[in-house]
Amino acid sequence: MATLKLCPSELLTFLSNSRTMEISFSLNKEPVTVEVEGNTPLLWVIRDTLNKKGTKFGCGKGACGACTVNIDGLAIRSCSYPVMAAANKEVLTIEGLATDHPIKQAWKEEIVPQCGYCQPGFMMATNALLNRKAAVTDEDIDNNISNVCRCATYYRMRKAIHRASALTQENA
Amino acid sequence: MIGTGYFTKSIWRRYLAEFANTIETPYQGTSSDPTIWFELTARNQVILHSTKVEMGQGVHTGLAQIAAEEMGARMEQMEVVHAESMSGNVDMFATGGSTSISSLWTPLREIAATMREMIRNEAAKIMNTTPDQIRVEEGTVTDGKDIFTFGEVVLLVKEWEEVRTPDLSPIEKPKFIGKPIPRVDLDAKVNGAPIYGMDAEMSDMLYGAVLRSPFIDASLSNADTSSAEKMPGVVKVVKEEDFIGVIANSFVEAEKAKEAIEATWTKNQSWNYKDLEEMIEVGKGNPQPIQKSGSMASLESDDEALIIAVYKSPIGAHAQLEPNGAVAFVEEDNATVIMSTQVVELTRKEIAKRLGLSKDQVNIKPTFLGGGFGRRLHTPNAIQAAVMSKAVGKPVKSFLSRKEEFQHDTFRPPTHHVLKAKLNNEGLIEALEHNVSSGDVSFGSPLLPAFVNNLMGSDLGAWRGGMIHYSGIPNYQAISWRVQLPFATSWWRSLGLLANTFAIESFMDELAEKAGKDPIAFRLAQIDDSKRGQRLKAVIEACRDKADWKAGAPEGRALGFACSTDVNVPCAQIAEVSVEDGEIKVHKVTCAMDPGMVINPDQVKAQCEGSIIMGMSAALFEKMTLEENELKPIIYGPYKMAQLKHAPKEIDVVLLENDDKPGGVGEPPLGPIGAAIANAVYQLTGERKRSMPLAEA
Repeated sequence: MATLKLCPSELLTFLSNSRTMEISFSLNKEPVTVEVEGNTPLLWVIRDTLNKKGTKFGCGKGACGACTVNIDGLAIRSCSYPVMAAANKEVLTIEGLATDHPIKQAWKEEIVPQCGYCQPGFMMATNALLNRKAAVTDEDIDNNISNVCRCATYYRMRKAIHRASALTQENA
Repeated sequence: MIGTGYFTKSIWRRYLAEFANTIETPYQGTSSDPTIWFELTARNQVILHSTKVEMGQGVHTGLAQIAAEEMGARMEQMEVVHAESMSGNVDMFATGGSTSISSLWTPLREIAATMREMIRNEAAKIMNTTPDQIRVEEGTVTDGKDIFTFGEVVLLVKEWEEVRTPDLSPIEKPKFIGKPIPRVDLDAKVNGAPIYGMDAEMSDMLYGAVLRSPFIDASLSNADTSSAEKMPGVVKVVKEEDFIGVIANSFVEAEKAKEAIEATWTKNQSWNYKDLEEMIEVGKGNPQPIQKSGSMASLESDDEALIIAVYKSPIGAHAQLEPNGAVAFVEEDNATVIMSTQVVELTRKEIAKRLGLSKDQVNIKPTFLGGGFGRRLHTPNAIQAAVMSKAVGKPVKSFLSRKEEFQHDTFRPPTHHVLKAKLNNEGLIEALEHNVSSGDVSFGSPLLPAFVNNLMGSDLGAWRGGMIHYSGIPNYQAISWRVQLPFATSWWRSLGLLANTFAIESFMDELAEKAGKDPIAFRLAQIDDSKRGQRLKAVIEACRDKADWKAGAPEGRALGFACSTDVNVPCAQIAEVSVEDGEIKVHKVTCAMDPGMVINPDQVKAQCEGSIIMGMSAALFEKMTLEENELKPIIYGPYKMAQLKHAPKEIDVVLLENDDKPGGVGEPPLGPIGAAIANAVYQLTGERKRSMPLAEA
C-alpha cells in the first residue's frame, strides 16, 4: 500500500488550506477540472463532484480500502487523500478499467462478488499490484492487498487475482 | 418460594422453544399477483420485482432461477429489481434468518406458474386457438406453426386476463434449478455500478449529520450548536427530542459542523468490560430451559466423574462495509426513502408513525446492500433522514460515520457457557447440559412482536444453536439465561449459532478425549436414526471422508472437527490448522452441508466459503471492548478482522441434498468453524482454548 507523500511546502498548504481552488487532473484518461476546497478527500470529489459512484466510502480513515483508486498507477485510499495532491496526476477508478479488462474478466470467471461493495477497491488494489508485477505469488497478494471484505470472499478473490495475473501475462 | 405455576409455565415454554427450533418461517408477502411480481416488456425482458433484498447472499439469482424454470423463460431475459413498497408487493417480515429461498420456494413457483398460464392464455387468443394447444418454453410460445417471444406477446396484450393458479407439478428435468448459474448482479458489481444506498441521490439533495453519543448509558445534558450553525455550508440545525441533526450542502460540511457542536454527555453509571463479564455469567440472569430429554439427576451429584467446562465469547461488531444511511424526501402528504435495508415494511411503518403519515404514503425504495449480516434490521437512521428532510423541505442524505457504525452497532452479544456431562461405562455420554448466558438478540427487537418474546420467555436468537443435536444421548438439557446489557445487542449473522456451537462442539471434543475415542466416531455413536439424525450423520461422514480424516494432517498441522444444525440444515467442518510462533493459521477447511434441494450450487458454495471465513474472523480475532462507557475499537484494523492473508487457501465444500425442498444457506455454515479451529489447536498444542477470540492469549 503506497502512502501519501507530500513535500513540506505541499504539506503546509494542505494543513492550512481550506479555500476553494481549481484543481485539474486526469480521471480515467479524461482531463477534469474541479473547483473545491483543496483538502477535500479525493473520494468525495470523485463520488459527489464527478459523479463516479464505483469508488466506495467504507471508513474515511484509509483503514478498509473500499475507496482504493490508482494514482499514477499506485493504489491510493482516496478517502484520506486530499484532492489537491492529485493535481496533474492520473487517477484511475473502477469505471476506468475496460469491461473486458483481465481483472474484471477474472472476477467474473470466479464469480467473486457477494454484496459487491468492497470489490472495486480490491480490483483497483489488484490493478496496482499487477502494474508492478504481472506474475504475482500468494506472498505478493498477502503482503500488498490489505483491504477488508466482510462477506469474506477472500477464497475466490485469491483465485481471481491469480487468474487476472495469468490473463495479464498472456496479453503481454 | 417458586410455586408450581412457575414450573408449568417453564415446561410449556420449553416446548415452545423446542418447537421454534425446527419450525420453518412462512413467507409473509402482501401480493401473489403475477403482474405485480413480474413485468414483461416488449423488449422481451422478464423483470422480477423481488420483495427480498440482495445483500450478497445471491437471493436475486436464486429467485430468478425458480421463476424462469416455472415460467418457461430463458435465464438471459431475467432481470431482478427490488420491489418498492408503493408497488403493493411487500414482505411483512424481513430479509434474514436464512429464510428467503425456503419460504418463497412454493409461493414463487405458484406465482410464476400462474404468469406462465396467463402468457399461454394470451398467446392462444393471438393465435386463435385454445390454451391447451400452446407450448410455453424458452421464452417463447408456439402452437406448432407460429412462434412468438414473450416480448411479442406482450406487445399484443391489452390487459392480462386472470387465470386460475395451476397445480404445481414436480420439476422433472430442470433447466435452471440446481445449476451453477452466474449471479444476475455479477456485471453490475464487477463494474462498480451505482446500486447501493450510499450511491443514491435525489435532485437538490442536502446532507445530514446526526450527533451521536460516544458513550453508552449516557444522556445529552447540554449541546451548544451556535458555532455549528455558522459553519460554511450549513443550512439548518434540527433539534428533536431524540436527536440533533446538522443539514449542510455537502457530506464533509455536515460532518465538520457536527464536530463543532459543543455537547456534554452525562454518564448514568460507569461501565467497563469487566462489568459486562460479571453480569453475563451463567447463574446471574433469568434462566429458561429450552430443551430437555430424560433425567438430569446424574449431573446433580458433584463427584469426580462430573465434567465441567466454561466457555466465553466476546461482543462482536457487524462491521459491514457500507455504513447505514438513507436518502429521504418528505413532502406534505408523502415520503420517499431510498436505502439499503433488510426491513422494508418495518421502516415504512416507523417513518409513517414518526411523520404522522399513513403507511401507504411512504414509499421505501430498497437498493442493494453493502453487506447486511443483521445490521440493517434496525433503521433509526431512516427516520432521522426523513425528519431532517421534512425540516428543510428538500431531500436529505444521511449516513453513519465509521466510528458511529462501531459505537452504535446492534452487536452480537457476549456469551458465557457452562457445560456439564458424565460419561457411562462404555465411554458414551450419560447426561449433558448446556447453559448459555447471553445479552439479548430477539428480545427488544421490533422484528418480533413483543408478545412472542413474552410468550417464549427465552431469547430464540441467543439460544440459536444452543440445543443438543446428539439425540442418541439418553439425558440432556439446554438452558438459556437472559442478561440485559446497557447497550444494544441484536441479530448478527447466525445469531447465537457461532458461540453456542463453539462451546458445545469444543466440549464434545473434550468428552471424546476423556472417553478415549475418535472425536468423529464419538459423535456419530450418539446420534439417533430419525430423519434429522440421519441427515446429520450423513454430513459428518461426508466431511470426514472428503477431508481424509483418517490420513490426518500434513506434518506440523492438525485437523479439528465440529458440526452444527441450524434452521434444520446440518453442517460439518474440518479445519486444517497450524500454530507457528503462537499464531493460529487456518490452511484448509472442508465443509459438508445438507441444505436440502439446492437451487444454485455455486452460490450455496459461496455462502459456505464466506461464512467459514467470516466465522473464522470472528472466532480468531474479533472483539469489541468497553472502557469508561466507550465501545472500542472504532475503526477497522484495531477491530481486527480476517484479510486475504489470513484466509484459508483451500475450501472444499460438499453439498448433500437429503430433502425435497430448499433450506437456508446463509447462516448454517457459520456454525462449526470456531470449534473446528479450537479443536485443531488443542491437538497441536495441548492447550484447550475456551474463550473467543482464540488468537488472544
